[in-house]
Amino acid sequence: MNDIAPLAQLSPGDFASDQEVRWCPGCGDYSILKAVQRTLSQIGARPESTVCISGIGCSSRFPYYLETYGYHTIHGRAPAVATGVKLANPALDVWIVTGDGDGLSIGGNHMAHLLRRNLDCQVLLFNNEIYGLTKGQASPTSRIGTRSPSTPFGSIEQPMNPCGFALGAGARFIARAYDLAQKELPEILKRAHAHKGASFVEIYQNCIVYNDGVFADFAGKQAARDAVLWLQPGQPMLFAGGKKGLKLDREHLQLEVVQVSDGDWRAAGVLVHDETSGTLAQLLIETPFAESGFPMVLGVIYCDPAPPFDVVMIAQNRKMSAGKPRDLQMLLRSGDTWSVAGDRPIGNA
Amino acid sequence: MATVSTDTGADVRPSPPALDSVVVRFAGDSGDGMQLTGGRFTLSTALAGNDLATFPDFPAEIRAPQGTTFGVSAFQINFGSASIETAGDAPDVLMAMNPAALKVNLADLRAGGLIIADTGAFDQRNLTKAGYAANPLEDGSLAPYQVVGLDISRLTLEAVKPFGLGNREALRCKNMWSLGLVLWMFDRGREPVIHWLKGRFGSQSQLLEANIAALNAGNAYGETAELGPALTQCRVPPAAMAPGLYRTVTGAEALALGLVAGSQLAGLPMFFGSYPITPASPILHHLARLKEYDVTTFQAEDEIAAICSAIGASYAGHLGVTSSSGPGLALKTEALGLAVVSELPLVVVNSQRSGPSTGMPTKTEQSDLYQAVYGRNADSPLVVLAARSPSDCFEVAIEAVRLAVAFMTPVILLSDGYIANAAEPWRLPDPEALEPFAVEFYNRAPTEGRINPFQRDPQTLKRVWIKPGTPGLMHRIGGIEKSFETGDISYEPDNHQKMTNTRKAKIDGIADFIPEQTVSLGKAGGKLAVVGWGSTYGPIHQAVGRSRARGADVSHIHLRHLWPLPRNLGPLLRGYERILVPEMNTGQLKTVLRDQYLVDAKPCNKVSGQPFRIAEIEAAIDQALA
Repeated sequence: MNDIAPLAQLSPGDFASDQEVRWCPGCGDYSILKAVQRTLSQIGARPESTVCISGIGCSSRFPYYLETYGYHTIHGRAPAVATGVKLANPALDVWIVTGDGDGLSIGGNHMAHLLRRNLDCQVLLFNNEIYGLTKGQASPTSRIGTRSPSTPFGSIEQPMNPCGFALGAGARFIARAYDLAQKELPEILKRAHAHKGASFVEIYQNCIVYNDGVFADFAGKQAARDAVLWLQPGQPMLFAGGKKGLKLDREHLQLEVVQVSDGDWRAAGVLVHDETSGTLAQLLIETPFAESGFPMVLGVIYCDPAPPFDVVMIAQNRKMSAGKPRDLQMLLRSGDTWSVAGDRPIGNA
Repeated sequence: MATVSTDTGADVRPSPPALDSVVVRFAGDSGDGMQLTGGRFTLSTALAGNDLATFPDFPAEIRAPQGTTFGVSAFQINFGSASIETAGDAPDVLMAMNPAALKVNLADLRAGGLIIADTGAFDQRNLTKAGYAANPLEDGSLAPYQVVGLDISRLTLEAVKPFGLGNREALRCKNMWSLGLVLWMFDRGREPVIHWLKGRFGSQSQLLEANIAALNAGNAYGETAELGPALTQCRVPPAAMAPGLYRTVTGAEALALGLVAGSQLAGLPMFFGSYPITPASPILHHLARLKEYDVTTFQAEDEIAAICSAIGASYAGHLGVTSSSGPGLALKTEALGLAVVSELPLVVVNSQRSGPSTGMPTKTEQSDLYQAVYGRNADSPLVVLAARSPSDCFEVAIEAVRLAVAFMTPVILLSDGYIANAAEPWRLPDPEALEPFAVEFYNRAPTEGRINPFQRDPQTLKRVWIKPGTPGLMHRIGGIEKSFETGDISYEPDNHQKMTNTRKAKIDGIADFIPEQTVSLGKAGGKLAVVGWGSTYGPIHQAVGRSRARGADVSHIHLRHLWPLPRNLGPLLRGYERILVPEMNTGQLKTVLRDQYLVDAKPCNKVSGQPFRIAEIEAAIDQALA
């Protein structure tokens, strides 16, 4: 018997390419890169089996900085390219890196269809609520009133809710985190990786140049810890050190914030997080942060696995090929054929 | 009907007269089943040993309002005992299932041609819808033709009465009745049709029996009704065709088969990403059933996703293929640029249709040559090929795959709506005789330093193809310009110049790896060369043949490789005093030839959505020689 030496677990540094990282100093992308490299190390990823595919935008430079296979494609189309890669070789671990403009504006169509098909891959959507690479125009997630070169008098468009979009498209794994959450982000990425099917992770990312501080209320260094609720499966949805929780407002069929005294969350009616509930996911996604005392809800919002597209497609292809010969001669002869004998005169044909 | 010769057979019965070739057009409502009737007649005709060419011509509407002129669907077949290369200039026989079908198609019928009309459908309502003030079957306006009016509707209803179908369903058997009659006219067997009906209706025995009864009734009607000299039986003897095994094939079928053969010769699984569009969709439909040939088909959410998924599959080591028509190609343009700069193999099929924009989706045209050769931002050279006939699609598809993998480049294969839908007999090639061109992926990890994914073969300039999953060769590619030396992102001015030059040199150099241009008919040098590409092959070939038979010094050159052009094309063209370029566009190849060779190529253009007639090109030849 051959002894197969276990592959040594690689360090986060082994996943750093030799390319100079060229994001603006202080950009949230650095933290996300660090979290992804740490995650790849912790899940025992092999660089040769890992493919990072991106579109266009600041975030989409990501593949150049990972020592894996990488394809920096065109604006908005990473999900489509990734679909071809994964269907061609399902053994590859596919990571898609996109942004709010790339993934929800120009590439919104592909994103919706990737999620509904449930291709087995991880989608990391860096949401900085602005177009960075093109110098600061409003994006589909920019808040009303955002002043930018293209909206000098303030954006008047209703912003899009990325997780709501994902849920509506049929995603079976939806999570949310922010760039600086170095403890929680790798854990969420590990969950995303472990999920079979399309895992959608929205990562709030601070653009230090064009939209600095938009997430400061919950993600900044000075942010009140009370402002965030990190979801845990099967655990009560508590925040503010356990002093507050989320309860179902049955009359209005929405969530409400309740006070918890003496840690008795049951008495306060605080809900336990059920990741498999699409209805609860919808309610959580819709809670308006900072209104009526609502926290920013982060963590794995929804996880309800369904058969991945690539697995089902390959199974169908195998099933339909089973027992059928691969015979070109036979294929060409399929249908009605007739013979012209050799002794027939060949005239002016 | 072409030329009538006297039969000298020893048959006791007087044999029907033998004809060299006949053109029959079936025309009716888009719901009348004319395409199906034509298709079945085609197979019976092929099995009878005739050479043939067909031209299905149908509206974009699936079921246009009944009885209207814009809802008319037609299927034309030209078959004969001599070589047939076009669907025929003018029908000899027009089967008109209603007044609108007569109105739309009458002008094409040759003088003295035969009209078989379903008088049952020539009621006031249908006449009004077609815009006839009086019934043309009765007002003498059809005097230049032979008219046989039959109440096909009533005769069909009588034939299928025993099977208890509703009136509507019973009338849908009209096409089988008509087919039965036409099979009798040309002495064709009913067996292939009955065999096919059994496959189609399977367990629905009521419908099966009714359709067979209608077919038999139409056939028996011809046999017994003694319709007079207009409707007599005639014979079209088998054509002298090269020995071998034959089948009929449409361009879409041959293209699908060629792609399968090409991917097998390359030793690669095929990934086919496509979005439905007329007239390209049949290629997707054919391939979707061929899983056992290592074919993955993916119906993408849009044209862009279709090509991007194919690019992703090529990146992962499959043969990526996408297929569309002009408007879809327009959407794929940016991604084509990505394939050019990433230097990945990709086959892109464009089944061209009338444009611009939506244009006339079911009508043919060859107006996407500029789009294929020049239609991308920046200097983005790639390979362009064109198929000349339905069966030629097989070979051209293999050639597209060969060049794509041999040079790590996108290849655009131009077909068109005519080729895609038209059928012709195809002498089956021996797959064993096809030369394999197995792909070798690069897998040698460098002993030191990193791999440069743009490391090139010095002869062909193609870069290495490295499959993700290969240890030690991790690398990043993408749309940003890359260093010639390292493959890393590079904004160096000299490097961009070098990479642009290299991409161009790689494509230009393919001219050394493709066959030299030959002359299809005639000789190298002389008074006039008629230069064509794509589906104009048939009419050009016939027109040049006829002109030559009249003593004209004219030759036919037909291009398969449109970019890069064959090495010898310039000298070859300069050997003629004049050059005529018939095209179903306003002069695109003409412009390319003028640009490439500074020759005085003259245009001959038609953009009506209909293929050229032989006579039109013959007239242009006469004019060019005058």
